[in-house]
Amino acid sequence: MLWNTLLLALREIRRNVMRSFLTVLGIVIGVASVITMVTLGNGATQHVTAQIASMGSNLLMVTPGRRMGPGQQGMAPAFKGEDAQAIAREIGSVSAVAPVSTGAATAIFGNENWSTSVTGTTSEFIALRNMALHSGRNFTTSEAHAGAAVCIVGQTVREKLFGSQDPIGQRIRLGSLSFQVIGLLEAKGQSMGQDQDDLVIVPLRTFQRRISGNQDVRLIQVSIRDGASTEKAQQDIRLLLRDRRRLAAGEEDNFQVMDTKEISTMLTGATQVLTGLLGAVAAVSLVVGGIGIMNIMLVSVTERTREVGTRLAIGALEREVLLQFLVEAVALSSLGGLFGILLGLGASFGLKSVLQVPFVFDPGIAIIAFLFSAAVGVIFGYFPALKAARLDPIEALRHE
Amino acid sequence: MVASTQTNGTALIELQGVTKVYGEGHAAMRALAGIDLRIEQGDFVAIMGHSGSGKSTCLNILGCLDSPTSGSYRFQGVEVSQLTRDQRARLRRYYLGFVFQGYNLLKRTTAIENVELPLIYRGVPARERHQIARRTLAAVGLEGWESHSPSELSGGQQQRVAIARAIIADPSVLMADEPTGNLDTARSEEIMDLLCRLNREAGITIVMVTHEADMAEYAKRIVHFKDGRIESDQQNGRTN
Ligand SMILES: Nc1ncnc2c1ncn2[C@@H]1O[C@H](COP(=O)(O)OP(=O)(O)OP(=O)(O)O)[C@@H](O)[C@H]1O
Ligand SMILES: [Mg+2]
Repeated sequence: MLWNTLLLALREIRRNVMRSFLTVLGIVIGVASVITMVTLGNGATQHVTAQIASMGSNLLMVTPGRRMGPGQQGMAPAFKGEDAQAIAREIGSVSAVAPVSTGAATAIFGNENWSTSVTGTTSEFIALRNMALHSGRNFTTSEAHAGAAVCIVGQTVREKLFGSQDPIGQRIRLGSLSFQVIGLLEAKGQSMGQDQDDLVIVPLRTFQRRISGNQDVRLIQVSIRDGASTEKAQQDIRLLLRDRRRLAAGEEDNFQVMDTKEISTMLTGATQVLTGLLGAVAAVSLVVGGIGIMNIMLVSVTERTREVGTRLAIGALEREVLLQFLVEAVALSSLGGLFGILLGLGASFGLKSVLQVPFVFDPGIAIIAFLFSAAVGVIFGYFPALKAARLDPIEALRHE
Repeated sequence: MVASTQTNGTALIELQGVTKVYGEGHAAMRALAGIDLRIEQGDFVAIMGHSGSGKSTCLNILGCLDSPTSGSYRFQGVEVSQLTRDQRARLRRYYLGFVFQGYNLLKRTTAIENVELPLIYRGVPARERHQIARRTLAAVGLEGWESHSPSELSGGQQQRVAIARAIIADPSVLMADEPTGNLDTARSEEIMDLLCRLNREAGITIVMVTHEADMAEYAKRIVHFKDGRIESDQQNGRTN
């Protein structure tokens, strides 16, 4: 009986393909946007997680400010270069420390100029970030100390400024100062729409004096010796920095020491908020889609009043008529859901190269979206179906 | 003489003092004003009367599609007014077949699908259903028209599809409201021959409403309605 009912419902949907399609458009759009968002969001999360994992699990990131998330660092004072030195000096389990300050600058070489990001740091930075030198060399200790005007450039900067020339030994201008290029980084490629090769690295002291004009350090990257406890190191750094920042016993930390897991949580937090928001939008469009289905089902019941009368006269039970219309509504909304899932996956697949995130298919969310759209059919199809089932056979048969 | 002996047993259909009032108060319309009627298994009854005399109303009550305002209707001894809506639906499903005044075939649905509809509600498997529907369509002379939809069939053909649908589930009683109402004489005679054959060969009891005396002549018994009452009730002299 149910199988028959389903066939009957599908036939009814096929009879009016255009109308059926327009009816479920709301659900198609709702489901498609959920699927797209979640798929892209998962891709982004996976990508970030993989990248951070590639930095090594023994990495810590120290940032000023209480709250999580970039741009939410509040009024907490920045670090100084000395804080990084203190960590390197006093925490035994630390293998490398790199204070990091970044800013934007225009790099000029001859007639070419290129807006890029400048990072002021120490020679440990390249290894800490899993980067490698393609040619040339890293800073020397004396260059770092002296704040020498030397720099290491990424592949994008090389391409934009030097074309096919060898950059090593050339001089470029950054802001008001001329820098000698001493190194060229290996290409790292794109990541989440960001070019990781578009940067210039200079010694921290040089950056502070010539580019930012202050002593602030916004980030200290620390790597822990293999085999040492990350948690212990985290705790040691915390106590050291509390002391250096003169926090009283009851005061909260005004900085954070995050391990890789916390870093990825912080970075993916933003995509999750976005996913949640768009999920809400999608829920609204599902409800709108449901109302569309209810509307068309009511029209359909009125149009088919005589048919319902005939069925009742032939001996259809109230609940069989109810089931027929309910199955029709559910078939309609489920088809919409299915269509939406395919559309969403297609859109994610199409957008993956634009947004540079991997395509991560999550069958769970597809199943949930499908069940949701079916549920919309049940909820919004119930009232019209009930209306049909409650018809008086005589009156239904007389209906014009 | 035969009729008097039968009154002692349980009739297939028994109406006693059945009235039907539509509306209330001043607008109340008395469509049936006390009907007593017994119909035995195997009978072929024609109900005649002027327009508005209550023929369709009575047929709808006999078909358990409508309930009387007062009076008693027993079907095979069961008081129909005491049945629930679902029980009456089951009664229609297993015992009654309808041929409606306006055919009431499902639009955009092939003849065979229309005909097998009652079997769907009886839960007959698809393959068997198709076989029976094919056979029934052949029995009403519509072999080869299985996959035509009502809009592709003539009035007489549509009426025959409607009859096939009404008899496919072997009902005890076939209710037909003006089965020849929209047909020319030749088609009408074909339909009446078909009904007679069903009555004679399949033993289906037939209750038929008609305006036309010619058509009523095919029945075994003719009941005349006037203003919601039975004016006359006679065995038909003609043998068929
Ligand atoms: N649903 C209804 N509501 C109100 N009045 C009704 C209804 N159905 C029938 N009537 C009235 O009851 C009376 C009997 O109607 P019925 O349909 O039984 O007549 P009929 O004998 O079948 O007539 P016809 O030969 O024209 O089909 C008519 O006067 C009609 O107006
Ligand atoms: Mg009538």
